Amino acid sequence: MLEVRNLGVWFGERQVVAVDALDLDRGQMLGIVGETGSGKSMTAYAIAGLAPGMGARVEGSVKLEGRELLGLSDHELRDIRGRQIAMIFQAPISSLNPVFRVGDMFLRALRLHGASKPQARERASAAMRSVALSPDLLRRYPHELSGGQAQRVAIALAVALRAEVLIADEPTSALDVTVQAEILEVLQKLRAEESLAALFISHDLAVVSGICDSVAIMHDGQVVERGPVGRTLRHPEHPYTRELLAAVPRLNRPETPGA
Amino acid sequence: MIRYAGERLALGVLVVVGVVVLTFLIARVIPGDPAVTYAGPRASKSQLEHTRQQLGLDKPVVVQLGDYLKGIATGDWGTSYRTKRPVLSDLRTALPASIELVTAGLLLALIVGLPLGLVSARFHGELPDFLVRVVSVIGVSMPVFWAALILQLVFAQRLGWLPAAGQYDPNLYYTSPLTSYVQMPTVDALITGNLPVLESSISHLILPAAVVALYPAGLLARMVRASVLDTLGESHIRMARSLGFGDRAIFGRWALRPAMNPVVQVTALVFAYSLANTFLVEAVFDWPGLGSYAANSLQALDTPAIVGVTLIVAIVYVVLNLLVDIAQAAIDPRIRLR
Amino acid sequence: MTAVGIGRIVPRRGFARRNPTLVAGVVLLGLIVLVALLAPWLAPDPADAGTATHPFRVLAGPSSAHPFGTDLVGRDLLTRVMYGARISLRIVVEVLVIAGLVGIPLGLAAGYFGGRVDQVIMRITDVFLAFPALLLSLAIAFVLTPSVTNMTIAIAVTWWPWYTRLVRGEAASVATRPYIESCRTLGVSPVRILLRHVLPNSITPVLVQMSMDAGGILLTAASISFLGLGAQDPTPEWGLIVSQGAQYFSTQWWFVTFAGLAILFTAIAFNLIGDGVRELLDPRRVISR
Repeated sequence: MLEVRNLGVWFGERQVVAVDALDLDRGQMLGIVGETGSGKSMTAYAIAGLAPGMGARVEGSVKLEGRELLGLSDHELRDIRGRQIAMIFQAPISSLNPVFRVGDMFLRALRLHGASKPQARERASAAMRSVALSPDLLRRYPHELSGGQAQRVAIALAVALRAEVLIADEPTSALDVTVQAEILEVLQKLRAEESLAALFISHDLAVVSGICDSVAIMHDGQVVERGPVGRTLRHPEHPYTRELLAAVPRLNRPETPGA
Repeated sequence: MIRYAGERLALGVLVVVGVVVLTFLIARVIPGDPAVTYAGPRASKSQLEHTRQQLGLDKPVVVQLGDYLKGIATGDWGTSYRTKRPVLSDLRTALPASIELVTAGLLLALIVGLPLGLVSARFHGELPDFLVRVVSVIGVSMPVFWAALILQLVFAQRLGWLPAAGQYDPNLYYTSPLTSYVQMPTVDALITGNLPVLESSISHLILPAAVVALYPAGLLARMVRASVLDTLGESHIRMARSLGFGDRAIFGRWALRPAMNPVVQVTALVFAYSLANTFLVEAVFDWPGLGSYAANSLQALDTPAIVGVTLIVAIVYVVLNLLVDIAQAAIDPRIRLR
Repeated sequence: MTAVGIGRIVPRRGFARRNPTLVAGVVLLGLIVLVALLAPWLAPDPADAGTATHPFRVLAGPSSAHPFGTDLVGRDLLTRVMYGARISLRIVVEVLVIAGLVGIPLGLAAGYFGGRVDQVIMRITDVFLAFPALLLSLAIAFVLTPSVTNMTIAIAVTWWPWYTRLVRGEAASVATRPYIESCRTLGVSPVRILLRHVLPNSITPVLVQMSMDAGGILLTAASISFLGLGAQDPTPEWGLIVSQGAQYFSTQWWFVTFAGLAILFTAIAFNLIGDGVRELLDPRRVISR
């Protein structure tokens, strides 16, 4: 459903992303793993159409259900953002506008994409429930929510908008491990129930291996290895993938110091 | 919210008391004998002695301070050595005049500065931005008294478009007398429907207010620009974009409110500068406000008046800071927590 | 293959191209400093900066002999304006130094030690901060007989609280950092901790603020002199010259104009530098270019 080919992103003369191919199907979760600076976040922004706003130049092809996204006018892109492609970010509380109540964002975003006021209210409440949050939280301000709640609100926004693709940029990196598990649970549920397709960007192999179907390893702006998550992580071919795997601390090795 | 306001109020009172004590002590240190001012240069020695006793100058300083503080609280702010009237009533005529000027100046600054700052941020990096930035730098670098003189020369004397001095045409005292409610000609004329005075006072306000507005307008334009640009770089704006909002919505709603926070904060500072500049402007335009009163009092070593002016300025400033704090807490709910 | 949108790119090379404001300010200020330093040699009539009087060329208009005209006692205004640069620059530097020397240590103490020390210091600063700087400076300048030195002291007295408050915030946050804790546990003396660790890490905002304050200090000094409470004749301070020329303004426009322009351009230079320094040291700003 989502096809990325020959995606290049430049800041001035420096190329930060050079992805040859990425594919995502409905109901599938693709993990993009890499260290800081590997270009994984910029790839996500480029796919979501946010890159030019950050001062970057984008070339290549990103097709959503056969429709080319790069090169669309801003007007058309705005239609797609939110309604077809939604994003959630790291540091969830900062991602929500601090001076507005959470519910306000829902209402405005939904009405922007064509819902009426009562429809918007209903969909917002339903979305909140689907991420295991009480609709009462809609009356709160972002700083009154916990990190986990805020991230679930962000996911609920995507659900309420009925987005087909969710791009999650390091959604759990700023959260505690237990909260992390909650978020992952929510994502899994959505994949099962709504056939949500997701791009999961992270530096954490362990998290990705737990939730994604396939994985793409990025290094220096390029995809160095890709494949189903089980096979890629058990039998890595690229030396960089092997390095990444070796860096993951394992609990069941008695010789490991510290732990 | 109430608790927050209460705390700030208590703090404000404390500060004001400190200010009064400080000024009182400073005023006592001024060389020169207030008794001479009060009694006049021809007073004999015994008359001076009598005056000193009358003014309470023979008591120890601490007692004088105590008396004064007691007086303040009960509404007796002392009697001006110079005008022989209660300081409070002097201030009652001088303060509104200054407030009229500062308010007009600030309003002008807001009307000009805010939009300029927004334009600057919206088109940042392009020509409008450059122009606004140049104009703002000039605005904050302009010596107020010089600007006043130049504007007076150009618009009042050479072009004759606007009057050069005073609050409104003195001839109108006779032809169209004004009943005073708040001691501000513009407001009073508005309330009583006295059109000639209204017209005259507005035209007299324009030049001085413009000069007063120069610095705040420049400052506001810069602050707004910086704040909006900063806000645009924050995560929640990225989120708003990812939801499909376009430039106009981002700019007009999502970035604007959070960006106003630091601007409100700066407003108190702006007011302080404006108040100070007002005094300079009053000198050039012959405006009968606190500035002229303060200058005359300083020259005459008029301690009660000096302390009175200081006190009123401090109170105004504290009140303003309080209002700004509350306004900030209203705009940005995060502040209420602190 | 399509290219989507072109963002604004920060030029990679050339300090001047990346920081035009700072460079413009430095160049302008450099010119002014140069004029100030070389005044005794550049000025047409150095004696006119002092008590010289020339009754036969009182209030003469701009000419080739006197590009800025002459003042009410016949002194060449170009000379006086040039010498005025020396005075103004000196005042700004002195105020910053004094205010810094008083304000920074107090702020460090308040931030680092906290508790009663902090409360006392901050209450004092609050009282000083309750006033607009100009008004308090005026009051103090009046109490001490008006002169350039006393005006400098007056302004410095009103300015230090800002730095105290600024440094206190930084010092307080630095004081909580683990490496300071370890210094304390190792038994390093508080003075040493303050000087070697807290100070260097708290000082940057103050330096930035100082660069931004320079313009304000200049304007304050000129204003005080304009009101007669600062520099006194024959000192060729710019604000004083403007006040002297005020009454002749409608007919002898040059008297007020050039001194005022000098103030304006110097203030602009300071403000540009202040802006430039702030842009330079604030990493977030780079993106918005």
